[in-house]
Amino acid sequence: MNFSGLIHDLGPSTVAGLAQGAIYALFALGYTLVYGVLRLINFAHSEVFMVGTYAALITWGIFGLDQNSATPGTGAVIGYLALGILAAALISGVTAICVELVAYRPLRRRNAPPLAFLITAIGASIVISEFVGVATHRNIRGVPPLIHPATVVHFGNTNITNLQILIIVLALVMMLALDRFVNRTRLGRGVRAVAQNPDSAALMGVNKDRAISLVFLLGGLMAGIAAVMYVLKIGDTRFDAGFNLGIAAFTAAVLGGIGNLRGALVGGLIIGLFENYGASLFGTQYRNVVTFILLIVILMFRPSGILGESLGRARA
Amino acid sequence: MRQGLVRALGGAAIVALVAGAAACNSGNNGGGSSSGKNCGFKIAYFGALTGSAANLGVNIEQGAELAVKQYNDKNGANCITIQKFDSQGDPAVAPGVARQLVTDKKIIGIVGPPFSGESEAADPIFEEAMIPTITPSATRPSLSTHGWKVFHRAVANDDSQGPAAAKYIKDVLKPTKVFVADDQSAYGAGLADVVKQQLGALVVGTDKTGADGKQTDFSATVQKVVSSGATVFFYGGYYQNAGLIRKQLTAAGWKGTQLGGDGVKDPGFAKAAGNAAATGSIVTCPCSPASKAGGSFVTDYKAAWNQDAGTYSDVAFDAMNIFLKGIDGGNTTPQKMNDYLKGVQYQGVANTYKFTDTGELDPQYIKVWAFKFDASGVDQPDQEIPKG
Repeated sequence: MNFSGLIHDLGPSTVAGLAQGAIYALFALGYTLVYGVLRLINFAHSEVFMVGTYAALITWGIFGLDQNSATPGTGAVIGYLALGILAAALISGVTAICVELVAYRPLRRRNAPPLAFLITAIGASIVISEFVGVATHRNIRGVPPLIHPATVVHFGNTNITNLQILIIVLALVMMLALDRFVNRTRLGRGVRAVAQNPDSAALMGVNKDRAISLVFLLGGLMAGIAAVMYVLKIGDTRFDAGFNLGIAAFTAAVLGGIGNLRGALVGGLIIGLFENYGASLFGTQYRNVVTFILLIVILMFRPSGILGESLGRARA
Repeated sequence: MRQGLVRALGGAAIVALVAGAAACNSGNNGGGSSSGKNCGFKIAYFGALTGSAANLGVNIEQGAELAVKQYNDKNGANCITIQKFDSQGDPAVAPGVARQLVTDKKIIGIVGPPFSGESEAADPIFEEAMIPTITPSATRPSLSTHGWKVFHRAVANDDSQGPAAAKYIKDVLKPTKVFVADDQSAYGAGLADVVKQQLGALVVGTDKTGADGKQTDFSATVQKVVSSGATVFFYGGYYQNAGLIRKQLTAAGWKGTQLGGDGVKDPGFAKAAGNAAATGSIVTCPCSPASKAGGSFVTDYKAAWNQDAGTYSDVAFDAMNIFLKGIDGGNTTPQKMNDYLKGVQYQGVANTYKFTDTGELDPQYIKVWAFKFDASGVDQPDQEIPKG
């Protein structure tokens, strides 16, 4: 164990962990939203994310940007980023709705048991991932250097880059916007009503199917935004890019309290931080060991997660 | 692709089994060796022709096939046939294909398998059948420790690569701080351990990443490298992880030099890292640059295949020629061929070859080169790393 390394690197580890955790948090929203309403783990959510990474890269590719092109001017970069985020969020959102329509809704109509949903979720995930894998020959695809790396904040041995700030700020803004949407708007109230009691909600005039589609759309939009931040951070994507990230994000959702939007944020940031602290203390090979021991310990004391509320009962 | 490289490392071990056949029945060599003319025999290529690592396999197959073509030009069309067996570079596929190979009694030698993983799987079958193999590229050291008599390796194994990489770091880059990481694979960790040991106090930090394909976000490792103050980063692993780390290091503002072993010597490194980040990165390889091969090999290869010779194409060409020279000398059974390989000393286009008792390349002929990635993402020969 390397305590001096942990203390020495506490600042940099924290920044790296927050940036990583911010992406987990946005990703985790998709799991938490769907679970909150349907009591269903949407395993295809990792593929919704992966499709988003490709949507952004293909959009930039249309403008002739590949990973070996030069960094464009600042104005152009903002335009490209906005376009990339728009494209990724849109395509991810549409993919999520398609998954709902094709894989879940027909089963729901027939009152299928929960296990049937679980297996179609896994099936949808594999179908999308393998299809993209075959279409891209399982190659990785590099990201254009849109953001020229620069250290903006500097104190002690801690350097915060422009990209890390962008990721953390954007994630927090999106979380806040989603939180307000679900808690303050009419559509959001419909979602919460369906989450609390679908039948009563239907009797009160809430269109259940539309609320469910909305939940998938919201999760997809967040995954698309997370996808853009991911490709900017990692620099590449691949047909299975969503898999490992999906496990971390799902863990974050459970840790924070699945079905709870703010729980996803808390869970994501905690997982991001402890992966990095664990890597400093024991070496990167132990980062998952640290994360999952932490998960078990927290669940022992808080079995329903840190914030542990359902979406329906979230404070209005 | 990632898996492919791993397999590639594993493939080299197959060749050594042939020599010590005294205790074994030569049950499989009943081929037509009685004819006076040394034609009608087959040498096999066994290795990847399809699959994620196909490029490396095709480089080798084309080198070997070129040797056969040139031989047949002199000795009559179809004198010797190269029979191709596609293992897909996959240790799970290789044994089945190998069993198919050993049923052909006209095959008296095998060029391959190129990868260490498939070698571990297929070589026992070749050993049982006593068909001599020469691998041009499988570098896992343990392949020569199984007592296989038909195993021969025409390149240095990873035990000579690590010290050479360390020597290059010390003598050429002359850093005061080095960071060493690996991917926890048999190849990557082994190589990194040797480098760590050789560099001693120069190493200011170490780390271990996930295996190829298991991790894409290396921010913890990147952050450690940056805050360690190291100016040189050695990664024991394969090209895709190495490329991703290089890209993320550059994105974090790190300006040092990254090094890797032959597992990183692939255009896939620059593809993952981006050409800008990849530029200046060094890889070592127990091979000479294909462009420096002797004779007219470089132009002949280009003329035959309409592409430049790749990594290990020249060694495969030499390996095939060693077999062909053996046939010329009347060694037309697998048994005789293996006995001949025991004592052969052959000067080829890439190197001079002589095998030790365990089938390794004689230490005096071991060469390790350093290659440097240029701005277009191609690894150009940098220099041969001197021994010792």
